[in-house]
Amino acid sequence: MLDLNILFPSLLNGITTGAVYALIALGLTLIYGVLHIINFAHGAALMVALYGVYMLKEKLGIDPYLALPIMVPAMFVLGYALQRGVINRASHGKDENILLVTLGISIVLENLALLFFKSDTRTIETAYTLTTVEIGPAFIALPKLVSFAGALVVSAVMLFIVQKTDLGRAIRAVSKEKQGARLMGIDVDHVYAMCFGLGLASLGAAACFLMPAYYVNPQVGNGFVLVAFTIVVLGGMGSFAGALLGGLLIGVVESLGGLLLGESLGQVGIFVIFIVVLLLRPQGFFGAKA
Amino acid sequence: MTSRRTFMGQSAAAASALAFPLVGGAQPKPIKVGVLHPVTGALAYSGQQCRMGALMAIEDINKAGGIKSLGGAKIEAMLGDAQSSPQAGTAEIEKMNEAGVSAVVGAFASAICLATTQAAAKYNLPHVVDVGVADQIVERGLKNTFRFGPGYKKCAEVAVASLHALNTAAGKPARTVMIVHEESLFGTGTANLLAKELPGYGYEVKEIIKHANPTRDFNNIALRIKQVNPDILIPANYYNEYALLVRTMQQQKITPKAIYSVLGGAASSYKFVKEFPEAANGIIDCNHWFNPKDKRSAELKKRVEAQGQFFSYEVFMTYTAMMLLADAIERAKSPDRAAIIDALASSKFQNHIMPYGPTQFVNGQNMGAQPLMTQVHKGDIKVIVPRDYREVEPIFPLKG
Amino acid sequence: MKDFRNIALFVLLVGMVPFLTDSGVMLNFVMTALYACLLSQAWNVLGGFGGQFSFGHALFFGTGAYVQAIAQMQWGLSPWVALPLAMAFAAGVGAFVGAASFRYGLKGSYFALVTLAFAEVFRIVATSVSFTGAGVGLMLPLQESAANMQFANRAGFIWLMLGLVALALCITAWLKNSRFGAYLQAVVALGVMGGAAMAASTCRIFNARRALPWGLVLAALLPCMAITKVLWLAVVMLLLAGWAGGMLLVPLNALLAHRGAKIMKSGRSIAVQGFNENLSVLIMLGLYSALLAWEWTLLPIMLLFSLPLLVAIKPWQARTWKT
Repeated sequence: MLDLNILFPSLLNGITTGAVYALIALGLTLIYGVLHIINFAHGAALMVALYGVYMLKEKLGIDPYLALPIMVPAMFVLGYALQRGVINRASHGKDENILLVTLGISIVLENLALLFFKSDTRTIETAYTLTTVEIGPAFIALPKLVSFAGALVVSAVMLFIVQKTDLGRAIRAVSKEKQGARLMGIDVDHVYAMCFGLGLASLGAAACFLMPAYYVNPQVGNGFVLVAFTIVVLGGMGSFAGALLGGLLIGVVESLGGLLLGESLGQVGIFVIFIVVLLLRPQGFFGAKA
Repeated sequence: MTSRRTFMGQSAAAASALAFPLVGGAQPKPIKVGVLHPVTGALAYSGQQCRMGALMAIEDINKAGGIKSLGGAKIEAMLGDAQSSPQAGTAEIEKMNEAGVSAVVGAFASAICLATTQAAAKYNLPHVVDVGVADQIVERGLKNTFRFGPGYKKCAEVAVASLHALNTAAGKPARTVMIVHEESLFGTGTANLLAKELPGYGYEVKEIIKHANPTRDFNNIALRIKQVNPDILIPANYYNEYALLVRTMQQQKITPKAIYSVLGGAASSYKFVKEFPEAANGIIDCNHWFNPKDKRSAELKKRVEAQGQFFSYEVFMTYTAMMLLADAIERAKSPDRAAIIDALASSKFQNHIMPYGPTQFVNGQNMGAQPLMTQVHKGDIKVIVPRDYREVEPIFPLKG
Repeated sequence: MKDFRNIALFVLLVGMVPFLTDSGVMLNFVMTALYACLLSQAWNVLGGFGGQFSFGHALFFGTGAYVQAIAQMQWGLSPWVALPLAMAFAAGVGAFVGAASFRYGLKGSYFALVTLAFAEVFRIVATSVSFTGAGVGLMLPLQESAANMQFANRAGFIWLMLGLVALALCITAWLKNSRFGAYLQAVVALGVMGGAAMAASTCRIFNARRALPWGLVLAALLPCMAITKVLWLAVVMLLLAGWAGGMLLVPLNALLAHRGAKIMKSGRSIAVQGFNENLSVLIMLGLYSALLAWEWTLLPIMLLFSLPLLVAIKPWQARTWKT
């Protein structure tokens, strides 16, 4: 069972899957780090993005990777609108309300998808869906390698935006001291909405990378939500490096766990880690004390 | 006063005229039948396919003159949504009962059927189960429950016997088997039955892997399959996982001598074959299937595809279940529930497109029901076993 | 109390429904509604009163359901015996999750997430382990009889659910009132703080007896509170009572300490003082509880308690003392 021919491919597979998880977690960690919102609608938003990629491929014939420049801005706009128009209005600033509002949004999105797309599963076929790359004894699917590279690129971009741009400075200011930032003339509502938009934009990118190797149906988001939260907590809420590392770690844990404990029980490893981290070190690897 | 007398006289005449059903063009009362399926929620696709089958059957029955023994009474569907949950299904049964339906056809999923048949039994409401393969459905001693199609014990027996026949005919190239199943009732039940039957025919079950619903990634399982290297892989899971597994195996370049599924979620699905032609090629399935030699099947298939839908098993199973019910009502000569139950219990229904033996209900299960073995050939699904219904020669094993 | 009266009325009305209608639809609806009521009260205790959002409440539901099924199928117990057992197990799991989370100081969103994670862990384990039936689950064999808790008629289920719902409602009513009581106590404490502060700044130890009239105020307030029905009035009275208490006690305590220090060492005097105070508190509370248990109404109790104050204070005002 612990034969290297099996362990190595499993490890590599875990890393590439983890990269996709990290992509999803990046948006979530930004949203939490700045807005202090636990966004329960993240999974549903991913599902919307996946359907977007699917429609672009099926109706307009646009390849998922080429759809990046369309999906990312589209999801950004959706995020901005949701935060400004719905979450901000409905929650009246209270933390518990935000939890419930985002939960409500996820239910609405899921059922809208059920209404328009019905519940059957959709996949897309591309020329490279089944291409594999040989690395030692392992065959890694090409889309997965591309996602790995994509995750690194997107993290770098997010980091750049937050560290080097004016918007990034505003974001950091607001997350540290909201009232002070407001006094300095920063439009806090606008910054919040930009953050949410960025968070969902990274989901748009994640969807473009995920779709070739996966499928979409209205319930698909639920499977990713908890994993994304685990990664965010593990890496530290608000830390991109933490989300990336956390994602890779979780991917490996899931893969090796499945190998050693069987596919059903293997999932438990992720949540045990989640609970342990929450109890013993809630700030995660790189986060500030919560 | 003359006007009043004439009025009374005229109305009396009119009333007596109307009392005769065929005079004055009055229609006999329609017979209400409940059509209960999970058309929303996780099972929505299958539920909607089932409903389509039921409504097509009702359309055909009414067009052919309705229930002739009741003066051409039409069948009127009362649609119900089980919302993919047993509780909602039960609530619908209550509503249908109060609306005075004569019978119910439904509810696709085994879990929902278990609840709805039990709820219907309280009111002695006849319930024809269209798909639901769990054997418990017909093992509880409920007098109102009837299933025309086979349960999974029957499917597992047929599958194993047919596998043995195929293997023997090819010179016994396959000896080792590996089962990959989903962890709920369907997958676990199938896996257990197979694990029990296969050794008796001389096959070694090297490993059984179970996985959750849903499973996002099959790489580990694929690696394990590669390591165990069985001659035959038997998947028993639902559509999404089946498709992911087969795709992953293709990516990892794993090619067993045969992929042989029992009630495989995707293996005899036109949708799957259309979307993954390469991965699907050569897969053998033991599943509900229509009689390929009956011309009416082809006509029905064309009608369904003209509506832009796939001719999936849900459609023809429910179609046939409704036809069975109509035949029973015809023989019962009454919309009374007890009469219909008796008629169903003694049914010898033959006028259908399913490849079954003579109809005979024992404890609510039709003993003539059987699944067929199909194989994907060049993007189409063809029947290979039993010989009476064979359309092409089976390709077994897939590689030398 | 008004709440319990309303609960009793509710139970009576709903309990009559199976007698008033035979409709399967209506009975099914009532049963499902009661079920939803029970589930929501379960969440309400933590979410509404505790203010903590639990996203993993399904965990307790699942525990109860599994224990009930396992107790019946594998341990051969009667469902009626299994019911309290299932409740105990679920409570135990709740205590475990609560202890783990609150011990490590988790609140708000973190708490919500950790409950979600616990629920997932248990779900995964339940679908993997064989004694829970793994992914297949457990199905109770069909055997309709009241002894087997499988009622042929929905009415049986309705009454059982009604009983459980009434229990849940009573518990939440009790909680609600005790929480409310805590609020009112806080109001008194605020009054005490105010009074103590004012006393400290205005009263001098030589004039300690000037504080005595406040005792009369307190004595007068006690019976008034017993007859107050209006909330804002009660709050004002409690504030005043606390104030009076502060004004009365601070100088007297200081006097006692001062004099006591002369009679015995200061440490000892404080100890004696503390002992006497607490003993009095204990005796008073004991007496109060006993009178309530003997079903005295509030007004006589309060009049009774104001007596010692009047008796003790009046004569002293007349006396002159040496400081």
